[in-house]
Amino acid sequence: MKLPEDCRYSKQHEWIRVEGDGGTVGITDHAQKELGDVVFVELPEIGHVFAADEVLANVESVKAVSEVYAPVAGEVVAVNSNLGSSPELVNEDPYGEAWFVRIRLVDSSDLDNLLTADQYRKYVEEEESTG
Amino acid sequence: MKFTRTGRHLNLNEGLIFERSSPGRTGYDLPRLDVPAVDLGAALGADNLREPIPGFPEVSEVDVVRHFTRLASWNYSIDAGMYPLGSCTMKYNPRLNERVAGMKGLAESHPLSPESLVQGSLEVLRLLADCLAEISGMDAVSLQPPAGASGELTGILMIRACLSSRGNPRRIVLIPDSAHGTNPASAVIAGYEVQSLKSDSRGCIDLNGLERAMNDEVAALMLTNPNTLGIFEQDIVSIARIVHDRGGLVYMDGANLNALMGITRPGSFGVDVLHINLHKTFSTPHGGGGPGAGPVAVKQVLEPFLPVPTVERREDRSYFLNWDRPDSIGKVKAFYGNFLTLVRALAYILANGAEGLREASQVAILNANYIKHHLRDVYDLPYDEPILHEVVFSSRRQTRNNLTVMDLAKRLMDYGFHPPTVAFPLIVQGALMIEPSETESRQELDQFIHAMRCIAEEADTDPDLLKQAPHSTRVSRLDEVQAARRPVLRWKPDEADEQDS
Amino acid sequence: MRYLSTSAEQQALMLKALGLHSLEDLLTSIPEAIRLRSPLDLPPALSEPELLARFGELEAGNAPRILSFLGAGVNQHFIPLVIDSLCSRGEFLTSYTPYQAEISQGTLQAVFEFQTFICQLTGMEISNASMYDGSSALAEAVLMARRISRRGRVLMARTVHPEYRSVVETVTQHQDLTIQTVDHGDDGRLDPAELEARLGEDVGALVVQSPNFLGNLESLDILADLCRQKGVLLVVNIAELLSLGIVRSPGSVGADIVCGEAQSMGISPGYGGPHLGFLATREKFVRNLPGRLVGQTVDRHGQRGYVLTLATREQHIRREKATSNICTNQNLTALMVTLFCSLLGRKGLRELAIQNVAKVQYGLAALRKLPVDVLFEGPRFNEFVLQLNRPYREVEEKFHSAGVVPGLPLARFDPRLENALLVSITETKSRAEIDRLVELVEAAA
Repeated sequence: MKLPEDCRYSKQHEWIRVEGDGGTVGITDHAQKELGDVVFVELPEIGHVFAADEVLANVESVKAVSEVYAPVAGEVVAVNSNLGSSPELVNEDPYGEAWFVRIRLVDSSDLDNLLTADQYRKYVEEEESTG
Repeated sequence: MKFTRTGRHLNLNEGLIFERSSPGRTGYDLPRLDVPAVDLGAALGADNLREPIPGFPEVSEVDVVRHFTRLASWNYSIDAGMYPLGSCTMKYNPRLNERVAGMKGLAESHPLSPESLVQGSLEVLRLLADCLAEISGMDAVSLQPPAGASGELTGILMIRACLSSRGNPRRIVLIPDSAHGTNPASAVIAGYEVQSLKSDSRGCIDLNGLERAMNDEVAALMLTNPNTLGIFEQDIVSIARIVHDRGGLVYMDGANLNALMGITRPGSFGVDVLHINLHKTFSTPHGGGGPGAGPVAVKQVLEPFLPVPTVERREDRSYFLNWDRPDSIGKVKAFYGNFLTLVRALAYILANGAEGLREASQVAILNANYIKHHLRDVYDLPYDEPILHEVVFSSRRQTRNNLTVMDLAKRLMDYGFHPPTVAFPLIVQGALMIEPSETESRQELDQFIHAMRCIAEEADTDPDLLKQAPHSTRVSRLDEVQAARRPVLRWKPDEADEQDS
Repeated sequence: MRYLSTSAEQQALMLKALGLHSLEDLLTSIPEAIRLRSPLDLPPALSEPELLARFGELEAGNAPRILSFLGAGVNQHFIPLVIDSLCSRGEFLTSYTPYQAEISQGTLQAVFEFQTFICQLTGMEISNASMYDGSSALAEAVLMARRISRRGRVLMARTVHPEYRSVVETVTQHQDLTIQTVDHGDDGRLDPAELEARLGEDVGALVVQSPNFLGNLESLDILADLCRQKGVLLVVNIAELLSLGIVRSPGSVGADIVCGEAQSMGISPGYGGPHLGFLATREKFVRNLPGRLVGQTVDRHGQRGYVLTLATREQHIRREKATSNICTNQNLTALMVTLFCSLLGRKGLRELAIQNVAKVQYGLAALRKLPVDVLFEGPRFNEFVLQLNRPYREVEEKFHSAGVVPGLPLARFDPRLENALLVSITETKSRAEIDRLVELVEAAA
């Protein structure tokens, strides 16, 4: 399981990489593996403001739709339009080219609720052993 | 043209009808125009005219017959073999049904004809409605919904209208987690929130769970009986009482009515409204995915809310369409339903009579139990309860070698069978939902059982054989990921052709 | 019973294998208290000859050999025999929904061809695999426009088929939608000036029908311009698909959603069904399009093949979040339309459409010479409104006793049209039959 150290993770399998008062959000390597071949990503509009844990995007594989939640509250300042034409990027490069949105954080203390790479790894392992 | 493959299908090299086109041909000759030709620009307005449609094919009648006969040879069908599709009830489609639906006087009758000129069509509607009311034990029937899902919506809209007339439409519809996906979708379109009910260890509705969920905000319980595991809800009378006691209504998805004909009736166990899939229980053909028909049958309490018009009879014995029904939910389909499908269902009921229908249900139950008995030592049976017309196995034991239930299903094609319903109901991991229906012979059942047992063995000894299956069909497994990532949903003329035209 | 394949003897053997004695032993899970104690009260079972005779009686209840000028969305056209012959093949008739693509390529490819035909006819980029009928297609189009526009008000022309309007009303009544009716102008068509005033910011869609219920073609290009200016989706309903053999496609003038009824093309009137709804739109709205879709792809060996695709929009996956509760198309009637388009082809379809225009013009010219009115003069395909000098019900019997149904009395749909009939003259009517209609109208006028 690939887990960049410079990201924070949510229990719903999103990552956020913080730069200044903004952050880039995507879904984790574990999440893309669970989904299988991604065929479509539905992204929000620029300017949309989300509360933490609100539905931010939808990811579709051939036979399932999964919701992607905002790991922290924020306003969308950019969306990755490449995912429209190349949804396979989510499977190929989940932490790089397949970023979903960039947001401006509303409250940086939201980040305290997220997991570090180590914590997330443990969380996933536990989830798998009980599931 | 390159001949790449030969095989058991008539011709594997048939392209699209558009690719057969060459200019100047037609497959249908029109009578010579016997009135003066017109100036189209003057009649329609020059701006309103179009040129001949680019890419529209030009083929002969022979071309059309060849093309579609070849396409036909690539289809599996009930005429060719068994469809053990759980909850879909693929039974034999009698040819007699087709003959009567093709009778000129019925097929060509116009829905807006004066009633005095279409008494025959109206009698068909009334007769079928009466038969369905008798079979279901309900008080009144609307034949208007064109399919099961439309019947669901109609039923829930009637529940909503009924509760509204009592002062409060309420907010929630309860749906067991084993239900068909259309149930929640229909409830939402009728303006309700869906609350899922967890099944108990028998795969049935949990009475305690229902007690807890049932309150003044619940409009209805939507259940399927026998449920999607093929199990009859033994507590059905208590279930209905719990719902009714708190002012709710009971909706039954009639998908599995094929198990009950002449044995018990939804009207006797507390159901207020159900839809009936004529393309399942009453043998009308699926036609590769429709048209079906989804009549709704109701108890007296919901009768005022039936869609308009209803078909009624005057004192002079003539039939008429009654539009004067102030409490009706309105119309759910233009005109009166998929009439020619209704004709077929009526033919089936009249061919069977009471005894025949009961026997059909009983033999459907026997066939399902026979399959269960002969496969239960090989396939896992997560809910080992008495079943009626269908049985749900889990493929757990067979999918240990990195196989999926779909691999098993695809392999069945090589044995000459359509796969069962797989991955449904959702409460069973790797579900294989098998419903043979009453029309299958014992020989056919034995062959199916044999195939399923062979596949179970192959799953252990040669999992790759299953992974790559099917091996005997015109195409092998298709790339669904590519189809969804880069949708190609229509043919387009290539550039060269366009310049031609 | 001839539809069962197990003899009593075999049933006994099967029961024995299960350790049971009778079929009743299989029913123990059904509580005694709710078992049916007596046989169902149904007519006695009929053999094949008896059943044919019974349906012969029912058929005879419909008046035979009526010369009918009824249309109104259920149109009388020639149906090539090849259609019935091919649709009766068991491989099409008795196959299931093509979820298992490898053994359903015939159905899937035919649907792909159907989708292409609908795109070609409507001038749209994509089409679904069909809907129940024109009325349900329109209801789904309205819900779709609501999802795309996120605006809650819909303007609907009063000249949209009244049966469709009532279905839309029923199906969408709990969907946070307000549907407002726009009346037609004196010429039986929408008045762009009046519309402009009503197309506000909160309007999501304008729904029109062309040819409309009164038989007239709407000025779709003007309406499309108006909608574009106001950011409103233009939904065009076509209840007479054959008109698109000669009339400019709604797609070419800028419609956003085109839906309608394809019964005209190879499907018998059948007392109202099964018919065939279609729904087509722009590629960018594909995720909002309800209903099944067939897409092209390749198999493991790179061969071209077809599958149901984009299933994630549908109810079996999204359940309560699905784009629609509909889980079927009308495959067999879609095949009829596909066959019709294939047979008629590029030239035949156009010729057929032109014949309709010619026949209607011939009838109109003769009727104009009589002391009756033809209302709403405008461009029309194969229908028009005829105004008699008295309420139709007063002369109805005269027509019936002559074996003629001259059209649809419109009084039921609009009290202003008490004396009016909607008359449809298609290619199926010979010159002599049209003359007969004119004669009777003259006698009744």
